Amino acid sequence: MADIEVRLVDVTKRFGDFVAVDAISLEVRDGEFFSLLGPSGCGKTTTLRMLGGFEEPTSGLIELHGQDVTWLPPYKRNVNTVFQNYALFPHLSIAENIAFGLKRRGVKADEIKRRVAEALELVQLTGYEARKPGQISGGQAQRVALARALINRPGVLLLDEPLGALDLKLRKQMQVELKRIQQEVGITFIYVTHDQEEAMTMSDRIAVMNKGHYEQLGEPEVLYERPKTRFVAGFLGVSNLIPVKSEGTADNYAILRLPDGHAARAPRALLDGQSGPVALGVRPEKIRLKARAEETSGQYNRLDGIVRHSSYIGVSTQYIVELGDERQLTVFEQNVERATKAELWSPGEEVALTWLPEHSFAVPDDTGGVVEQTGIAAVE
Amino acid sequence: MTSAATARVAAARPARQVIARFFDRWSLIVYTLLAVIYLLLPVAVIILFSFNDPAGKSNFVWQGFTIQYWLDPFGPLGLSDAVTLSLVIAFLSTAIATALGTLIALALERYSFRGKGFMNSLIFLPMATPEIIMGASLLTMFVAIGTPPFFPLNFLTILIAHVMFNISYVVVTVRARLAGFPRHLEEAAGDLYANEWQTFWRVTFPLILPGIVAAALLAFSLSIDDFVVTNFTAGGTQTFPMFIYAKSRIGIPVQVNVIGTCIFLIAVGGVAITTLAGRRKQR
Repeated sequence: MADIEVRLVDVTKRFGDFVAVDAISLEVRDGEFFSLLGPSGCGKTTTLRMLGGFEEPTSGLIELHGQDVTWLPPYKRNVNTVFQNYALFPHLSIAENIAFGLKRRGVKADEIKRRVAEALELVQLTGYEARKPGQISGGQAQRVALARALINRPGVLLLDEPLGALDLKLRKQMQVELKRIQQEVGITFIYVTHDQEEAMTMSDRIAVMNKGHYEQLGEPEVLYERPKTRFVAGFLGVSNLIPVKSEGTADNYAILRLPDGHAARAPRALLDGQSGPVALGVRPEKIRLKARAEETSGQYNRLDGIVRHSSYIGVSTQYIVELGDERQLTVFEQNVERATKAELWSPGEEVALTWLPEHSFAVPDDTGGVVEQTGIAAVE
Repeated sequence: MTSAATARVAAARPARQVIARFFDRWSLIVYTLLAVIYLLLPVAVIILFSFNDPAGKSNFVWQGFTIQYWLDPFGPLGLSDAVTLSLVIAFLSTAIATALGTLIALALERYSFRGKGFMNSLIFLPMATPEIIMGASLLTMFVAIGTPPFFPLNFLTILIAHVMFNISYVVVTVRARLAGFPRHLEEAAGDLYANEWQTFWRVTFPLILPGIVAAALLAFSLSIDDFVVTNFTAGGTQTFPMFIYAKSRIGIPVQVNVIGTCIFLIAVGGVAITTLAGRRKQR
């Protein structure tokens, strides 16, 4: 078990009546790439700003490397921040920007020079020393901001949506770049983003935040495969959620009755600790579509439906399939077995939906079964 | 299309169109020239008459060219003292008003405190008040106090008056610069181990410096040519504008034009230097 680098204990931040951060407790391990993921207004940036020392918590405790820093000003904390808008000093050259922190700490001039050169090499901007921030591109400014923070070798690097202002292609490049740099320097990164794909690509662990607290914390695969709440299921990728009633167990499976009368199975362990109504979840890419006549092996769950809509995306095809109770499920199929128009399912065709019970997940059904699907926006 | 056809079209163009074209081409140039002449003619007259060789005491009619007065710029009795006093007051009041005004602007822009709204409107008052009323009330106040160092009126009372009206202009000018100030730069400085003091001098100050310099230049020019308020608060002392006013009844000496020309040249030189420096920086 690695050392704990950052510890939040019951940290709360109120702005007037508004509770921005609601009694968050979490631990970030040394050398970890940790993300706070959530929609705008969920409190992720406020949490980061409290770590950086720009906001004081209303109550709670913040520890960095075992030291209580709750009430320390930013300049007394061993953390550095990469700001959303980079916040480069426009009146200083790139080299002076990067050297700013070392100068404040009284590092000798020749060492500053050496380390600035190193930092510029790390972010691949050697030769830009004399330029001003106004003379470089957004992607370059982002790298300078990163170099300016990393050169101080902080215990923790805080990143506040640093890629938000870049275009998609550059953002993808920088995601890989950031991960490379993080592994190279071995510093703990705490990364704030609202982009689930970005968080999943880079993070060792993610806390999915909503309304001032985190709903689930874990590795990206766990969050995706076994989301524990409706919100997490919808925020990370696309989910089909169907309200179900438990009808006892068979072997290691729970038997679940769907509103349209079908029964489905799911691993028993999924229902452990669920007391209220439950929704069964299955990701669109786990479902296979088959002709009704085709036999299905007994180990699969099987539902009958009618294809209502199909959209061809190239790498895959997205179908909307309607069940007997007019509930609609989303299905993604890789265009491997079927690829031509004649082969693909078309609207009106009667199909069977199958998936392995192990590919299911269960979340508390706190909506009373009104919304049967979430996260459609992520298909864009 | 043949050239003959083009010629016919040109010949057929009505006179109205020709006039319109002529107007389009020349009206802006003529208008600009007139505006420039309007602005610069008085200055040109001042410079020209600094080389005049007047027959009597008054310097109103061109008599002949001489550089005699340029060689003896402080000839008339009291002129040297008046110019020195004006410069000293202008420099001091600019320095004090710029320092105080910048701090007030920072306070008004950055912090909320009790009485901020009142303070806000108070700042505009000296600019809105007619000078003659401000001068008269300052005189009343100083006389009412009736003891040194405020009475009899002297150098200090002029300085107090100038600092007072200059502060307003400095606050307004610096605030305009602060209004668009990116606060996250100060957070970034704090993040990079700069304490509040270092943050101000390394980040805030350099970035609002253009505003402060503009405010200081404005304050200086307001102070050096102020007559009304100064006249009320000067007592026995005499500034350069007061000297000119006093002489206007018996004939303004040519040296006044010489010094006026110098002030103009220094101002133009200053603007030229800052413009050139700004251009080099951009490159």
